[in-house]
Amino acid sequence: MADDYGEQTPAMAVVGWLPVVLSVALFALFVPMLGPVGAGETLRYSWEWAPSLGIDLSFWIDGLSLMFALLITGIGALIHLYSARYLRGHPQFGRFALYLTAFELAMLGLVLADSLITLFVFWELTTITSFLLIGFNHYDPASRRNATQALFVTGAGGMALLAGLIILGAAAGTFELSEIRASMGNLGEHVLYTPIAILFLLAAFTKSAQVPFHFWLPNAMAAPTPVSAYLHSATMVKAGVYLLARMHPNLSGTDLWAWSLTILGGITAVFASIMAVKQTDMKQTLAYTTLMALGTLTLYLASDVPYAITGAMTFLLVHSLYKAALFLIAGIVDHRTGTRDLEILGGLGRTMPLTALAAALAASSMAGFPPFIGFIGKEILYAGGERLAEFQIWTLGAGIAANALMVAVAGIVAFKPFWRPAGGEAMRTPVEAATMMLVGPAILGALSLYFGLFPGGLQNDLIHPAVNAVMGEKVKAAELKLWAGVNVALFLSLATFALGFILYGLHVRLRERLAAMGERAPSFDVGWDALLRGLVFGARRLTRTIQTGVLRDYVRYTFLTLLALLGGALIFNTEPVYVWPKFPVFEIPGLLVCLLIFSGALLATLTSSRITAIAGLGAVGIGVALIFIVFSAPDVAITQLLVETLIVVLFAAAALRLPKLPRLTGSSKVRWGDALVSVAIGSVIAALIIQIVAVPLDLRLTEYFEVTSFPEAFGRNIVNVILVDFRALDTFGEITVVVVAALGAYALLRPTRRKEDDA
Amino acid sequence: MKSIILHAAARVLVALLLLFSVFMLLRGHNLPGGGFIGGLIGAVGFVVYAIACDVREARAALRVAPEDLAMAGLGIALVGGLMAALFGDAFFTGQWLFIGATEDSKGLPLSSVLVFDIGVYLVVMGSILTLVFNLEGDD
Repeated sequence: MADDYGEQTPAMAVVGWLPVVLSVALFALFVPMLGPVGAGETLRYSWEWAPSLGIDLSFWIDGLSLMFALLITGIGALIHLYSARYLRGHPQFGRFALYLTAFELAMLGLVLADSLITLFVFWELTTITSFLLIGFNHYDPASRRNATQALFVTGAGGMALLAGLIILGAAAGTFELSEIRASMGNLGEHVLYTPIAILFLLAAFTKSAQVPFHFWLPNAMAAPTPVSAYLHSATMVKAGVYLLARMHPNLSGTDLWAWSLTILGGITAVFASIMAVKQTDMKQTLAYTTLMALGTLTLYLASDVPYAITGAMTFLLVHSLYKAALFLIAGIVDHRTGTRDLEILGGLGRTMPLTALAAALAASSMAGFPPFIGFIGKEILYAGGERLAEFQIWTLGAGIAANALMVAVAGIVAFKPFWRPAGGEAMRTPVEAATMMLVGPAILGALSLYFGLFPGGLQNDLIHPAVNAVMGEKVKAAELKLWAGVNVALFLSLATFALGFILYGLHVRLRERLAAMGERAPSFDVGWDALLRGLVFGARRLTRTIQTGVLRDYVRYTFLTLLALLGGALIFNTEPVYVWPKFPVFEIPGLLVCLLIFSGALLATLTSSRITAIAGLGAVGIGVALIFIVFSAPDVAITQLLVETLIVVLFAAAALRLPKLPRLTGSSKVRWGDALVSVAIGSVIAALIIQIVAVPLDLRLTEYFEVTSFPEAFGRNIVNVILVDFRALDTFGEITVVVVAALGAYALLRPTRRKEDDA
Repeated sequence: MKSIILHAAARVLVALLLLFSVFMLLRGHNLPGGGFIGGLIGAVGFVVYAIACDVREARAALRVAPEDLAMAGLGIALVGGLMAALFGDAFFTGQWLFIGATEDSKGLPLSSVLVFDIGVYLVVMGSILTLVFNLEGDD
């Protein structure tokens, strides 16, 4: 047996089994909930998280979330088992197991979340863990690129989700989904409906890779195969679908919802199915069929018809079962033959009969052959499409085209590599798959058959509760039956099979045609790279324009911005009050202080020596400190005096180390410009202060601190009590900034000194 | 620029300034002062020493690197904030202990607030000395 990664340590064997045990335990935890949830109950668990912000860590379990939870933990257990063997002996297997388990828990949190904030946090966690997993082969530049691409696209969707849920939360006055549903009902008529819906749709479409955001998903196949099977097929990419389903009762029923989901879902489904035929890499083919499934789900979530929703929920389950199995089989084939090229692979059925059997089971469900669950799913989809009031032709047309192509793809990935002659030499002589890797696909394939034969339990325990959850009320959902009689759906199915077989027969020629066409068509990937390059270029240009590296430019920009903001505020103030204030400082000490400040400023402006200018500024600072003393604020005055002293010392030290620069006098044009800015700033501040003192000072805060300072914080110096007790968190933030600034200066100053030491 | 008078006075001055800075730190809760001011005064003390003698000597007198002092201060301030967690209160809720308190006197008050203020003191002193020592140079 060929093992790719050498010996496995015993510790790693334990690491491989831990997530399996965890997943099985979680699965076992959710199974007993089937009873009450199936009876229409909703289980809710909540903990206070940030009570001052009204944010709870809360979970609710209804039909929809329970179905997802079972899929995540159930398939998760099989995937963990598979990966323990797939990556056995890999030097970074521990890291892989950690990422994958972290993802599993994040995904679980996402589908169980009640609070929108909780949902968002877990949503972002799935994005991050997905990034880590796609980039697991981090020494490969393509992996890194594809990982960042997925991160950017889904991260942008996450931003949209955050904005959307904040608007929704603000409109509803709560972040709890269950409360929003109870109190707001359908938001179709709400003033803020359009922004909320658009933002949620953006989040769902990026996460679930709908056209035109689809391009990251096939690229995400750079991840190890178990990851592709789990994240980019069975679970994570369905998070977008989950969001659509979850928000269905609140957001559906409008033109915006129906049109965008129908059109984008339909386009995605058909486009992806065609692309799937075009691929020669087994994983890429499966990646595009995943896109097709996501498109179909989106398409069917557009409607309000219980039949269509039943179809969507059934298909969601069907797809998770067969797609995870097929991906795992692709991994086995890759492992055993060293290639995933569909044009080379062939004749594996004789050496790998069990793998071939599992593949046949899963692919039959994918093609929708009876008596597999895939057949029932497809029948209900057709029946649901037929019952739509609008978009009937479009939905059915897209459905038939996509499903016929799925029949062809099922043949391409599960029949041809195993039972048709090989098209080339594989790198290794294949042998049957290891048991640990075969368990997953076998169980999933067998389930596809079992649920097809006995759909009753599935219907009552999982599908119907999920449909009720999506519809937001108890509805009459479609029955899951293998034989529903001779009806339109049956004929559509037969037509699909016929079309599918023809397409399979023609697929080699079709692929050549598509490849020729593909070369002419614009590529989303090229566009993406151009977009990133443009962004970097633009950022560099902007930085060069603004960040000149000349300190006086920065000072000028800062003051001009301040001038614009304050001046604007003054001009647009509708009720300006200009009352000439009474000056309590018009006594001898006050006047002297003013004189000191004025002459200090004048000195700093007129001198051409740096040291003199610094001394002048120091005089201004001391003048300000004296004002604080006059108004009896000793703490502030002491601080001001000490800071001024230290600034002069620092400036002097810095000035001594500077190279001999030209004197301070710049060109007269620059000087006049500076003078203009200074005078403008001074005038605006003066005007502002005159307005401020004209209004009586609001003393509520002062009074509060005066009253509470001693009894509550045991201190009589209010300034200090505020700093270290009432607003200690602010102070902590400030001293952190101080330390960071000092470390930054330390890093900047350190190398110069070392250079001098060397010299 | 060595001045013998300043050099001789510096030792006394530094001692006085440091003592004064601790005094300001401790009285801060009820009278003008506190960790910020105390830290500034302490920093001024060492700056005077560095100007009068030499940065190298000032560094030796301080014994620890100023940047370490600043970071230790930040850690102490954090500990001061976290102390509240031991008593089940929110982050940065002041915790007080009055040692030897009687009917009419509060005794010796000790608090997490003081720990926090000591952290502030060290941060301010350490940060400023990091700047000054590096700017003045060791040469």
